[in-house]
Amino acid sequence: MLLQQLVNGLTLGAVYTLLALSFSLVMGILGILNLAIAELFMIGGYIGFAAIGANLPLPVALVAGMIGGALISAVIEKLGYEPLRDAPVVTPMLSTLGFSIILQNVAINLWGSDPLQLPDQYLGGQLQFGWFTIGKMQLTVLVATVLLVAIVAFIVQKTSTGRALRAVAENREVARLLGVSANRLVLFAFMLSGSLAGAAGVLISLHYAAITPYVGVEVGLKAIAVMVVGGSTRIWGALVAGPLIGLAEVMTVAYGGSQIRDFVVYGLMILILLLRPQGLLGGAQIDRGQRV
Amino acid sequence: MSTYYAGLFADAGILLLGALSVYIILATGQLSLGNAGFMGIGAYITSYLTVMVGIPLTPALIIAAIISGIIGVIVGFPALRLKGIYLAIATLGFAEMVRSFLLNFDTMGGSGGFHGMKHVTVGYIWIWSGGILLLVMILERSRIWLEMRAVHDDETAAGLVGLNTVAIKIGAFGFGSAIAAIAGGLFAHHHVYIEPGNFGFERSVDFVLAVILGGSTAAPGALVGSILLVFLPEMLRSLADWRMAGFGALLVIVLLVRRQGILDRALLRRLTFSKAAS
Amino acid sequence: MKDWLLQLQKVSKIFGGIHALSEVSCTVPRGEIVGIIGPNGAGKTTLFNVITGAYLADSGNVLLDDQFVTNWAPYRIVRSGIARTFQNIRLFPSMTVWEHLLVAQQHSGSIFRRLLPTAWADPAACERAEEVLDFFDLTAVRDREARSLPYGIQRRVEMARAVTMKPKLLLLDEPVAGMNQEEAENIRQLMLRLRETGLAILLIEHDMNFVMNLCSYLYVLDFGILIAEGSPTEVRNNPVVLDAYLGQDADA
Repeated sequence: MLLQQLVNGLTLGAVYTLLALSFSLVMGILGILNLAIAELFMIGGYIGFAAIGANLPLPVALVAGMIGGALISAVIEKLGYEPLRDAPVVTPMLSTLGFSIILQNVAINLWGSDPLQLPDQYLGGQLQFGWFTIGKMQLTVLVATVLLVAIVAFIVQKTSTGRALRAVAENREVARLLGVSANRLVLFAFMLSGSLAGAAGVLISLHYAAITPYVGVEVGLKAIAVMVVGGSTRIWGALVAGPLIGLAEVMTVAYGGSQIRDFVVYGLMILILLLRPQGLLGGAQIDRGQRV
Repeated sequence: MSTYYAGLFADAGILLLGALSVYIILATGQLSLGNAGFMGIGAYITSYLTVMVGIPLTPALIIAAIISGIIGVIVGFPALRLKGIYLAIATLGFAEMVRSFLLNFDTMGGSGGFHGMKHVTVGYIWIWSGGILLLVMILERSRIWLEMRAVHDDETAAGLVGLNTVAIKIGAFGFGSAIAAIAGGLFAHHHVYIEPGNFGFERSVDFVLAVILGGSTAAPGALVGSILLVFLPEMLRSLADWRMAGFGALLVIVLLVRRQGILDRALLRRLTFSKAAS
Repeated sequence: MKDWLLQLQKVSKIFGGIHALSEVSCTVPRGEIVGIIGPNGAGKTTLFNVITGAYLADSGNVLLDDQFVTNWAPYRIVRSGIARTFQNIRLFPSMTVWEHLLVAQQHSGSIFRRLLPTAWADPAACERAEEVLDFFDLTAVRDREARSLPYGIQRRVEMARAVTMKPKLLLLDEPVAGMNQEEAENIRQLMLRLRETGLAILLIEHDMNFVMNLCSYLYVLDFGILIAEGSPTEVRNNPVVLDAYLGQDADA
């Protein structure tokens, strides 16, 4: 069943990739950690569930999750980040923590703390490709992820907004001096990041065929580890780190103990933070700053 | 006092210790999102000592505090290379590692949890909580506290006026970890049952909430925050389901309008002066 | 042979291939005020940062009292007797003036004394702080937080903080930058009074006129190279110095 495990790992890794990309869009560009992303991801999952429950097609559910994530993310940016932009970096992180507490509580009150299950008809469906089979849902998750990453790559690499974002990421001070219209750009980064989190939420609910209000803490926080492993200051590190951690996790569960996997993932994250803060694949050392 | 209120007071006392553990580390400008990890270490060591080894609670708590403090120092050393958000991420990861380790630690029940501890009264808890609060308040008037605040305000300048910033930051980490361990030990012996899930991210967040809401520049702020977090939902019973949303909103509001929290040094000074005058 | 307090021997500092300091040698005798002048970007502050251990020197030696202190950790250098101020003031914003004067003092005695309330456990430190408060005429703002003080007073607090450390040598980085005539004169008087207490001062200054009547000896830095040295009058009449300054003025 090695192949099956590989597919499982890649599917989970795909979700990690999207979510880590969501974290690193804000972290890499603005230098702040938006902790609420973990809960946007959870909310995205519930929105997707609601859409599927209303018999809407999958792509519509995905888009609904993305719009929901983007809108809430915009609110967080306006209320929780923009007024605190000049504060020490830890302060806006705390305010996003406030929003994540709110979002989780709202989800518990709206949908209950017990897991919701996807109807059975969604679980089945295997596709046969010669010698190996893949679940329809898994294939959907993989294809959707590839599409979304391609779209984000296009936006960041080819559009003028993307160029401006990268300019800010390179050097926040210089970008400010050059008069890059910061407010709208930041809002855009938050919304793009929120929509990715929402999409990842819809996809995780397909992967697990269930969702709980605690999925944000369980899976969402781990995406921070994925982001760090990929290199928190570069956006594309997630593309490698996501599948890597997804595979590592599934393999640990399959051949080791299911409980040890978090230990491995977070341990790896801390090692990377200490030894290679620029990420597994990062080239240049990040600037440690001078003493004065 | 009814058992119900006794339970609330006990929770507030334990939360106060957790909040103080964050407060002390924050006094040097380091935010820890992982103090639940140290709390878990303390809870498991204390319970092991009282149940498996059979020594009394008080020495068990002290031993747990010392061990956790040493672990805090060991964790603190590599953490010196990290600042701000990266430090917060690393501490969060550390706590998750502790939780994951405890889930696999079958000697102490693993995911099934551990029990067999003798229940302690709220009075005993508050002897610890009140005592440590007092200790920290005395410490706040000492030279070492000034050094910690100097590191908080401007680490570089602190080094250049002759302060050993490394020792100060690590010492704060160790002290905070020790206090978190005591919170854990008391938690275990109040609830007489522990499981790794008790010491997850949400617990670390509670500590941070209590400090930021109550006031992050004076130790009594942690007391205000802890009381607020435990008792406010009791006053608004009808809204109890929404209490966490309320606290989340309160956190955002406090950060926006009064970043130093409800109680700060100036307010504290005014309160104590007026008391002295009357 | 003079009694040298500080000696720099061929100190160099390179930033990304650029020589911020090339083989700078200079000395400060005990109890005198020595100035380092030079146009902006000449490497004056870099020199201070190397002396105080904020930057690591790439080559050369720093000696204090004939002891090598090159590339020590900043706090050890301070404790060996070099205190400094910064060009852009670096106080601890949330701490009061009084707290600044306590925290900077070298603590004597046991760890327990550091853990106990200062007012009770260390009256000597309080006395010293009181003394410096008085010397710098800061008694009126004793309990004000540093961030709430006007610029001129912040400068004085920073000097006072450095002096409470009982240094042998005080490094002042443009202590009168941004001050008006009267404030500057005030600081000049303070420096003269400090010299009377036996303190040696190494002073960075951009404005040549300010240092003329103050320093006993001047060094002139330009692009990280020592281009001239001597008594103020000698330096003022040195054509090389005039060139460096005129070039600068032409740019400005």
